[in-house]
Amino acid sequence: MKTIPLREVAHARSGDKTDTSNVGVIAYDPTDYELLREQVTADRVKALYGTLVQGDVTRYELPNIGALNFVLRRALHGGVTVSLALDPHGKTRSSVVLDLPITVPDDYVPPRLR
Amino acid sequence: MKRVRIGVGAGFSGDRLDAALPLVERGDIGYLVFECLAERTIAMAQRDKLRDSERGYHPYLDERLRRVLPACVERGVKIVGNLGAANPRAAGTRTVQLARELGLQRLKVATVLGDDVLELVRAGDFNVAETGEPVAALPRVVSANAYLGAEPIRDALALGADVVITGRVADPSLTLGPLEYELGWGWDDWQRLGAGTIAGHLVECTTQVTGGYFADPGYKDVPGLANLGYPIVEVDASGAGLLTKTPDTGGLVSVATCKEQLLYELHDPARYLTPDVTADFTGVQLHQAGPDLVRFSGGNGSPRPDTLKVSVGYLAGWIGEGQVSYGGPGAVERARLAGEVVLDRLELLGVRARETRVECVGVDALFPGAALKGSLEPPYEVRLRVAARTDTEEEARIVAHEVDALGLSGPSAGSIAAMSVREVLAVESTFIPRELVRPEIVMEAVGE
Repeated sequence: MKTIPLREVAHARSGDKTDTSNVGVIAYDPTDYELLREQVTADRVKALYGTLVQGDVTRYELPNIGALNFVLRRALHGGVTVSLALDPHGKTRSSVVLDLPITVPDDYVPPRLR
Repeated sequence: MKRVRIGVGAGFSGDRLDAALPLVERGDIGYLVFECLAERTIAMAQRDKLRDSERGYHPYLDERLRRVLPACVERGVKIVGNLGAANPRAAGTRTVQLARELGLQRLKVATVLGDDVLELVRAGDFNVAETGEPVAALPRVVSANAYLGAEPIRDALALGADVVITGRVADPSLTLGPLEYELGWGWDDWQRLGAGTIAGHLVECTTQVTGGYFADPGYKDVPGLANLGYPIVEVDASGAGLLTKTPDTGGLVSVATCKEQLLYELHDPARYLTPDVTADFTGVQLHQAGPDLVRFSGGNGSPRPDTLKVSVGYLAGWIGEGQVSYGGPGAVERARLAGEVVLDRLELLGVRARETRVECVGVDALFPGAALKGSLEPPYEVRLRVAARTDTEEEARIVAHEVDALGLSGPSAGSIAAMSVREVLAVESTFIPRELVRPEIVMEAVGE
């Protein structure tokens, strides 16, 4: 087995609603969806974001499009309109999740190289 | 089977101004949608209206409509947009004036009123959705706008409107309204309303589904980002359809771009709440039907919620901010030291900040030729950013000024500072029983 960043397996997009952020994680190749389902857990995502997420993290599964959706509560410093952060919307959050290490078989070839 | 083709020419207040006309001229569309409101935009517009009762609508209404109205009239393309923001009545009047200025002979403009529920919210017993605190406890509430749905848009079109100007309407409802009208969907046809809402959700942020907000060099490459095509959705009577973009433009419509947009601002995919329906994304299927052409199907829905979401805007003090750069060896340490100096100064000066924030930002502003070092190396340059939220404008000015004052009194070799001070218009959500909200349509005609 080997470890690669999630970026090699999936792409992501985040959105905001007041103090709640969501991060969608999408397998480039739907056949990798199970890999995401097994390894990209709510607990790992919450740990990755650390203190950025004050509330809980809920994971929703969308096998129809090979994607997971994470809802991060109390995650935007009180919300877009009052936040002091440089990125009050948390628009950059989706890029950070792509650093999550994923364990794959030694012969795994990332979709972009297939 | 009848199909409706809808182009979306703006997905937020600041969206590109030159994008809509090519949709009208080359997109073969029946409807042009403008979505120009975000959570805070409407609250800001309410403040503009407080200062001038003739303002408070979308600041680029003139620029957007002037470019497309003649072509829309010529081709029979109807326009639906939340360009009214906080003042749909004034926006409708301005649209009629604009049509006259452009010499257009016949145009019916419908204005949808009724989303402003400030008096109801002030008088009622409502709680903030995220905290459970009473809305009445929020300081200085300046606005409360309920999210209206597709129904008043459908009704305005049925009255013969060529242009429908709304205030706060749920984003996908701007697209759902024409679909309901053209395809004869009933208000309780939950499956189709769900499917149509998902179609609307796909296009409501314009280029976010046509290759914008997607490019990641080496992983997700997008051609022609400077001339992105804007989205066109073609929906049939079942609520399924095709998604494409303005012909002969840059960008990309793929299954991957559609998946990202499907997930944008989504919470529970089986229960996406709008004023019209509870949409269900869990059966959506996407299929690449050709170059820049994606077929979507499988959208579903269940009964709409009994309440409407309301955005409540209130004044929440001031934010003072300053930025200054440090470079070379030890840049981070000096920036952090500078941040501590500013916080100490604020304490010394008796500034009572509600919240403070110190950030270190930066890559290659100071030494553009310097190679970016690996992520484990100390950064070669750092932009210190200190921000604080205060109750008064005076205190916010002190925050900005104290960053500026680092120029002589801070750590070694800092740049000149940049400063800003702004009033905070905060937004919270609450929910209101839908029967309390009464949309109203006002028609004005140019010509006969």
